[in-house]
Amino acid sequence: MSIIVTKGTLDWAYPPFILSTTAAAMGLNVTMFFTFYGLPLLKKELDLELTALGNPAMKMPMAGMHMPMPNMMGMLPGMDAVCTKMMKNMINKKGVASIEELREAAVMSDVRMIACQMTMDLFEYKMDDMIEGPEIGGAATYIEVATQSGINLYI
Amino acid sequence: MTKHVLDAKGMNCPMPILHAKKKLKDVPTGEILEIEATDPGSVADFEAFCRQTGNELVEHTMDGDVYLFKIKHVG
Repeated sequence: MSIIVTKGTLDWAYPPFILSTTAAAMGLNVTMFFTFYGLPLLKKELDLELTALGNPAMKMPMAGMHMPMPNMMGMLPGMDAVCTKMMKNMINKKGVASIEELREAAVMSDVRMIACQMTMDLFEYKMDDMIEGPEIGGAATYIEVATQSGINLYI
Repeated sequence: MTKHVLDAKGMNCPMPILHAKKKLKDVPTGEILEIEATDPGSVADFEAFCRQTGNELVEHTMDGDVYLFKIKHVG
């Protein structure tokens, strides 16, 4: 299985790591290709945030209801931090693993991780900033993996 | 025969599966791993996990809010 990881917010970091760790546990060879905003998910120190801005589907459970966040409020300074805090509280309360835990599980289960060279250049990241394990690669590296995989996902 | 038990209560997807996979490595072939979980999604997930990995889901029962799975280490 291969996954192209393109998003690096707290919410969107989950699907690639959940699927890669589970697939590895079920005996599949798994490769994750981290590109654009997905690339910072390989940084040693993660400081993931999320925003309600432009996301009408994000409705937080509150007082037995589901509260949407109007864009007018979501754009106020500090609202991303508030949303992130709320999400992290829910993650803790519901027994959902942290991204750090899932990423560690992915490394431990030999999930192959490829950091997109072009994105590294574009956003001026260094391999020293990243966790141990990922290798450097580009589109051709990914395409070769994809041709050998039965499941190819773009997240 | 040693009893192999995994307490996955309170864990959410996909942690019960990841912990089960890890724990199965310590379970000799032919022996049973007992897993306790509270994630309702774990019922379908352990069935799929066993079909895919070749391990045998010997039984799964419910005790209150706790799901009990018995997986025979085959593959």
